Amino acid sequence: MEHIKTLNTRNLCESAKNGGCGECQTSCQSACKTSCGIANQQCENAKKAAKSNK
Amino acid sequence: MIHQYKLGGMNIVLDVCSGAVHVVDDVAYDIIAMFEDHSKEEILAEMQNRYLNKDGITEKDLQDCYAQVVSLKEDGQLFTKDTFEPMAGELKQKTSGVIKALCLHVAHTCNLNCSYCFASQGKYHGERAVMSFEVGKQALDFLVEHSGTRHNLEVDFFGGEPLMNFDVVKQLVAYARSIEKEKNKNFRFTLTTNGVSIDDDVIDFANREMSNVVLSLDGRKEVHDRYRVDYAGNGSWERIVPKFQKLVAAREGKEYYMRGTFTHANPDFLKDIQQMLDLGFTELSMEPVVCAPGDPSELTDADMEIVKDQYEKLAELMIQRRREGRPFTFYHYMIDLTGGPCIYKRISGCGSGTEYMAVTPWGDLYPCHQFVGEDSYKLGDIWNGVTNLEKQQEFACCNVYARPDCKDCWAKLYCSGGCAANAFHSTGSVRGVYKKGCDLFRKRMECAIMVAASGMLEEE
Repeated sequence: MEHIKTLNTRNLCESAKNGGCGECQTSCQSACKTSCGIANQQCENAKKAAKSNK
Repeated sequence: MIHQYKLGGMNIVLDVCSGAVHVVDDVAYDIIAMFEDHSKEEILAEMQNRYLNKDGITEKDLQDCYAQVVSLKEDGQLFTKDTFEPMAGELKQKTSGVIKALCLHVAHTCNLNCSYCFASQGKYHGERAVMSFEVGKQALDFLVEHSGTRHNLEVDFFGGEPLMNFDVVKQLVAYARSIEKEKNKNFRFTLTTNGVSIDDDVIDFANREMSNVVLSLDGRKEVHDRYRVDYAGNGSWERIVPKFQKLVAAREGKEYYMRGTFTHANPDFLKDIQQMLDLGFTELSMEPVVCAPGDPSELTDADMEIVKDQYEKLAELMIQRRREGRPFTFYHYMIDLTGGPCIYKRISGCGSGTEYMAVTPWGDLYPCHQFVGEDSYKLGDIWNGVTNLEKQQEFACCNVYARPDCKDCWAKLYCSGGCAANAFHSTGSVRGVYKKGCDLFRKRMECAIMVAASGMLEEE
């Protein structure tokens, strides 16, 4: 019986090794302008990788 | 640290520090809840009491489930310790002095007179003014000069109403494009507008040059027209909706957001979302009002409960429409569990005052658009750069670990410590937290993760 389904998520601990390029969008700039959240932002590196895979 | 909750018929467990998301059955949910504070024997005895021989659950099932939890912990996907604090200042230190985004206040004036406007009808508690081309050009030069090796630079045309200074906006974009290649930069422009001055020229320009367009619409006509009125007191809904529809239709898939505000007058904001959908818009954002305590538009405690219920219903609507092949986007439910920001970004805070600043029509620099008008927060100007280093340091030190209230919050790696301006306006310190905002943020994240998890499971 499968009790736990683990979704395929980005491992944050791993991202410490190759993250921090700083090319990503500032947090509320160009969007909501009145509340901060970073969960809805894209990683520019991941975006680039996705483009080059197309 | 973990966070577990039940929503939309799912049991969800977040392992905060690894970012892992688990969808679990009731047995696993209860084992995980007891895991850190009880022995294996205690946990299994309790699980036998609750579940043995119910729905065919055997002793072996309980043992297996316990073993799966142990295995996930050993793999670093459950109960992962928070070891990120020493890295908290690292990204800002590494990029110290690098600016990558400016909010250009090209017009401190507006053709609407919305009483709930945080910018006091665009004047930011000061004089009406528009930015000259010379000031705007200097601001762009300042940005390029301080952007280091950053390739992507964001510039937001903001106000007041930026289209009241449209000629300068056009000139500034032309100037930026003329230096992009030589400076090896890519400008991404955003226009935030109330829509009153949109015409074919604006539509053509915005769809050619703007990476994103933020269109202010509060949803239902009666809700929108309560606050968003002209100086004669007439509502603006009838005038702007056809213009927004025309602009969005011509945008051919480029990014835009219908951006509304909900207040004490419409905590049932899902009706406004529905109205936007009925008008044909699919990229939506509705934000709780930002106002001074005691303002008539402020959300009350009773409103907060309604709003949280609305967030849940919104999540259900999104799942339903996705299944029907009519998906829509809600800005605050956008979450990429497989990608998304790296840990550096998640702990560094929002970037206001360091990598992002607002520029007034006179060329003064502020940590962000929400601090404009707070004299003590003026950082400097676009000719001399940042001169108020002490104040800037407050923002450089702002990160998720600098706020004591965030220490034990499960959502801290999704919000990065929250909005400095909201914190300042509600507590007097940029290191405080805006508790109502946090409460709603946590609810939004629970819903967003549930919607994303449901989509990922259905894709499988």
